[in-house]
Amino acid sequence: MLKLENLHFEYGGLKVLRDISFEVEKGQLCALFGPNGTGKTTLLKCIARLLNYEKGNVLVEDKNINKMKAGEIAKLIAYVPQEHKPPFPYLVKEVILMGRTPHMGGAFGPSKEDIKAAMNAIELIGIEHIADKPYTALSGGQRQLVLLARALAQGTKILLLDEPTSNLDFQNQIKIWRIIKELTQRGISALTCTHDPNHVLWFCDKVIVLGNNGVIVNGNPAKALTEETLNKIYGGVCSVKSFEDLQMVIPRSNGYSASTSTVEE
Amino acid sequence: MNNISFEHKSGGLVFSNRTKVTFIIALFISLTITALIAITRGAYDISVIAVYEVILDNLNIATQTNSLFNTIVWEIRMPRILLAIAVGMALATAGGVYQGTFRNPLVEPFILGVSAGAAFGAALSIVYPQYLFSIQLSAFMFGMVAVFGAYSLASVRGQTPLVTLILAGVILGSLFGSAVSILKYISTETGLREIVFWMMGGFYYATWSDVYQIVPVVTICTIVLFIMGWKLNVLSMGEEEAKTLGINTERTKIILITLATFVTALSVSVVGIIAWVGLMMPHAARLVIGPDHRFLLPSAAIMGAIFLIICDTIARTLTTAEIPVGIITSILGAPYLMYLLRTKKNIFFG
Repeated sequence: MLKLENLHFEYGGLKVLRDISFEVEKGQLCALFGPNGTGKTTLLKCIARLLNYEKGNVLVEDKNINKMKAGEIAKLIAYVPQEHKPPFPYLVKEVILMGRTPHMGGAFGPSKEDIKAAMNAIELIGIEHIADKPYTALSGGQRQLVLLARALAQGTKILLLDEPTSNLDFQNQIKIWRIIKELTQRGISALTCTHDPNHVLWFCDKVIVLGNNGVIVNGNPAKALTEETLNKIYGGVCSVKSFEDLQMVIPRSNGYSASTSTVEE
Repeated sequence: MNNISFEHKSGGLVFSNRTKVTFIIALFISLTITALIAITRGAYDISVIAVYEVILDNLNIATQTNSLFNTIVWEIRMPRILLAIAVGMALATAGGVYQGTFRNPLVEPFILGVSAGAAFGAALSIVYPQYLFSIQLSAFMFGMVAVFGAYSLASVRGQTPLVTLILAGVILGSLFGSAVSILKYISTETGLREIVFWMMGGFYYATWSDVYQIVPVVTICTIVLFIMGWKLNVLSMGEEEAKTLGINTERTKIILITLATFVTALSVSVVGIIAWVGLMMPHAARLVIGPDHRFLLPSAAIMGAIFLIICDTIARTLTTAEIPVGIITSILGAPYLMYLLRTKKNIFFG
């Protein structure tokens, strides 16, 4: 569904992404995981073509999108940004309707089909009760749901999500992950940046672990996120335990403290 | 996973714009009524019936023979009112477009130095009439020069952040401001008087030829801007988001800003500097009709037209002498911004 081939990106002479290749299958929920500064968000932005990579290919259903215009890419890939507050109080339904922009032919705005698609997205995410409220008056979790609904209304087969749970409380985090999971079970492929190894283990079908020199490991989360891999990227602070059939990453308890961490650095 | 049911039925969720369309129609009717009342007011007392007789005569519907009435109503008042409508629409639409594009409800066309540039152009042409074709053309040229100067000064690697843009506007504004001061200093008494009067803004020189110049261009440009309302909605959510929603952001931004600046510079070149309309009208319209630019821009435009007709009518009837309309708009506009500053602090930092 989504395939990256030898992607390179540098920013002001600094190499951020080196030789990134991987694939996300149809209906797969894939996590992009790695420490700060390894270029997870940069990679997502390259795929959505918010940044222009200098070498490599991005393929969607075996079609190379390197030369496509923003309008064509927007029909294939939806990007869910981190929730933020815009300056104008658009209503939730208006924000979601904006997701239909790539499909609007005429200059005057949404057609009946666009409105229907937006309604479907609202129902699917289950946010009818806030659809008539101003987007700016919502909580962070609600805003993230709205952005998800907007991406859904966009009607693409691929969703890119930039840390969708980063500012949310635990209940909202789990809710967002479950909705994303449910969407992938309907055939959408999702690629999600995240910082929480447990979320990856609990919800994702695949994980791509990014280090400073590119992809470290890539595959099934339970197999990829071993204590060894985690300690390689996080400097030995993790321990992986099993609870019933769930894997959990917890802090290592062998006398690790702030003072040893400064020594290690 | 069962707690998330995907089987909701939409309970009374409607996407309807009927109220907004009704509101715009109501505004349009108010504009017509305001114009019809404004034309009966003036320094020279003409009865309401006589005024409408003159209008009907010029529309070839009825006849009347008083040539003095004809001159006052058809040659003086009518162009003023039509020009006030066009300029009000232009400034308010431009303000709405600027606020949406720069994602800040407090910007207006003048922040990019249009006014300062245009003032310099006008002053230059007043002091050295032998070198430049006309005050209007010169004001228009330098207005555009100021904006494109500010825009290119603010561009960093293909991006134009709001803060640098405003700073560039301030820099160019002060540059042109001091140039105007030099011109005032070396100008003659009459020239100085003319510069000052021009900069205060007003419709006193309005003629039918101004109307023919301004009205068609403003109408076309504002209609194009209205049509771009949806794109402006998406753009106002942020440039990156707009791009991922398939908008060619750089091109859209350039079209929007160029058209908005163009109608502003055009208006300024004919009637001088009329402040506040571009800031207040879109803001007031947003409070009433909401932020959807497809409806916000036309509402702001009509409200701008009504506002300027009222201000101009006050300007020409309040005292026996003419008050520059820019003074009236400022007197009404400054308290509005004070009110915003005290009650809605968050929008200044939003």
